Amino acid sequence: MGRYVARRLLQMIPVFLGSTLLIFSMMYALPGDPVRALYGEQAIDQAQIAEIKRSLGLDKPFLLQYWDYLTGLFQGDFGTQIASQQPVADVIADAFPITARLTIFAFLFTVVVGITLGVVAGLRPDTLVDKSLLALTLLLISVPSFVLGYAFQYFFAFQLGWVDPNVNDPENYGQLLLPAIVLGSLSLAYVARLTRTSIAENLRADYVRTAVAKGLPRRRIVGVHLMRNSLIPVVTFLGSDLGALMGGAVVTEGIFNVRGVGYTVYEALSRREGSTVVGVVTLIVIIYLVCSLLVDLLYAVLDPRIRYA
Amino acid sequence: MPEALDTSAKKLPAGEPATVPVPVDAKAEKTRSLWSDAWHDLRRSPMFVISAVLIVLLLVMAAFPGLFTGASPRDADLSNHYLGAPNWSHFFQADWLGYDGQGRSIWARMVHGARASIIVSVGVTALVTILGTLVGVLAGYFGGWLDAILFRLTDVFSGIPFMLGAMVVLTTFAERTVWVVVLALAFLGWTTIARVARGSVITIKQADYVTAAKALGASTSRILFRHILPNAIAPVIVVATIALGGYIAAEATLSYLGIGLAEPTVSWGIDVSAGKDQLRNAPHVLMMPSVMVSITVLAFLMFGEAVRNALDPKMR
Repeated sequence: MGRYVARRLLQMIPVFLGSTLLIFSMMYALPGDPVRALYGEQAIDQAQIAEIKRSLGLDKPFLLQYWDYLTGLFQGDFGTQIASQQPVADVIADAFPITARLTIFAFLFTVVVGITLGVVAGLRPDTLVDKSLLALTLLLISVPSFVLGYAFQYFFAFQLGWVDPNVNDPENYGQLLLPAIVLGSLSLAYVARLTRTSIAENLRADYVRTAVAKGLPRRRIVGVHLMRNSLIPVVTFLGSDLGALMGGAVVTEGIFNVRGVGYTVYEALSRREGSTVVGVVTLIVIIYLVCSLLVDLLYAVLDPRIRYA
Repeated sequence: MPEALDTSAKKLPAGEPATVPVPVDAKAEKTRSLWSDAWHDLRRSPMFVISAVLIVLLLVMAAFPGLFTGASPRDADLSNHYLGAPNWSHFFQADWLGYDGQGRSIWARMVHGARASIIVSVGVTALVTILGTLVGVLAGYFGGWLDAILFRLTDVFSGIPFMLGAMVVLTTFAERTVWVVVLALAFLGWTTIARVARGSVITIKQADYVTAAKALGASTSRILFRHILPNAIAPVIVVATIALGGYIAAEATLSYLGIGLAEPTVSWGIDVSAGKDQLRNAPHVLMMPSVMVSITVLAFLMFGEAVRNALDPKMR
C-alpha cells in the first residue's frame, strides 16, 4: 500500500510539470503586454517598462521564468498580479473558499441525488421509472449549463421569487443552492446513468442470487452487496469530476455573480494577467491529481480483491 | 445520415495501402456483419429515427439557411428593439420569434447560427478522432516506452480542466475564427478518444487472428490497418458521436463567455450572451437561441446513444 502510494505520487510529478508547463507556455504566448497595459493611454517610458519587467523577472528567457515560477510555487508563492500588485496567493485565498464551497455543495448534490436516482431506476430496469430517468438525464446532459442557469434564474428567481437571482453573500448556503444545482446537474445526469447501468448489470450477478437464496433482507442485498460492487465506475467518474466542476464554475459563477475562482480567472484573462490564470489552473490540476489518487485507493476499499503491492 | 455508418465501415479497409490483393478473410466477413447488424437495429430504434431527422434538418439549415428564412440575420431595425415579442401565428416569418436588442430577427439568427455550430462540432470531432485514434493505436499496439510517453502525455492533457484550458488557449489568439475554435477544442479534447482506442487495441491485439496474421508474415501496417483498426474502431465511433454533442455545447459556452466565436459570425452562444441583460423583461431573446442549442445537442446525443446501443448491446 505504502509503496503503491509512493509510486503514484512519483508518477504525478511529470503530469504536474507537463500541465503547468503547458498552461504557462500558453500564457507566455498571450498577445498584448500586461506591463504596457498598466499605462493605458499615457505616454510610455521604455526605460520604466524595462525596469518593471526586470523587477518582475519578465525579461528572462521562457524556461527560466517557468523555473522561477516552480521554485516559488513550492514556497507557496504564486507570483504577483501586475496591475494590482497583490500576491496571486492572496487573490486565490480570497476567491478559492467561495468556489470550494460551491463545488462541494454541487458535488454532494450530485452524489446524493445522482446515486439515489440511479439505484431506484437500476433496480427496475426497462420499467417506466427507468425509461423516464434515462430520458430526463439525456435532456439534462443536452442543456448547456449557461442555458440551465438562466432558465432557473428566470423561473425560480424572477417568476416565482423563491430565491435571490444573485449571490450577495457567499457564506449563505440558501443563496448558493441554485448555482450549486446548476453546476452539478451535468454530473448528476452522468452519475445517475452510470449507477443505473452498473446496478442493472450486477442485478443479474451470481453473488446477488446467492444473497437472495440465503434469505438476506432486501435492504442488505441492495445496500451492501449490490451497491458496493456497482459503485466502482461511479467512483471513477466522481474522482475526475471535482476538477471539472471547478472548471465549470466559470460559467455558473458568471451567471449568479459569485466572486469565486471562475470569476477571478475570467477577469484575469480579459486583462491578460497570466500569473493568476496559471495559479488557478495549477491549483485545479493538483486537486484533480489528488482526487484521482484517492479514487484508486478507494477501489481497494470497495473491492477487496484489488490489492496494491 | 444513415449512409454515414456504412461508409465508415467500408472506408477503413480502403485506407490500407494497395498491396497484394488478398482474398477476403473470415474476419472481414464478421466485421461487416457487426455493422449490418447494427444498421438492422438502428432502423427500428425510434430514438435513432427522430435524431436522424433532426440532424438532417440541422445540416440542411447549416448548408442552405435561405430555405428556412428570407430574413438576414444581420439586418437590424431598431424600431423593433425588444418590442418585437414573438408572433406565434406568423410561422417561419422574420417576426415569428420576435426581435433581439438590436432589432434583428431572432428566427433568422437561430437558422444562420446552425452553420458555425455544425462546422465547429464536426470539425473538432473529426480532428479529435484522427488524433486520438492515432495516439491510442500507437500506444496500445507498440506498448513499451512509446506507450509510457504517449500515455503520460494523455495524462498531462486530461489533467487540465477542459473549459478553463479552452479559455486559455483561445485568448492566445487575437482573431478567433471558426477554425481557431476548432483547433483549440481539438487540442484539448483528444485524450478521451486516445484512452478508448488504446484500451480497445490492447484487447484486440491479443486476438488469435492477429497472431495468425503475424505468423503468416503480415507487415505491421497491414496488421494495423486490416486487422486492428477495423475491429477497434467501434468504441471510438461511439465515444466520438456522443462527444459531438458536447462540442456543440462547448462552442456555445465559449461564445457565450465572449472567448469563442465573435461577431459578425452568427453563433447561438453570442446571442444568449446578448440576451442575458434583458432576461427579466424580454426572456425570449435569451430563451430562443438557448432552446436551439439544447435541441441540437440533444439530437446528436440521441444519435450517439442509438449508435452505441446498436453497436454494443451490453452497454444498454
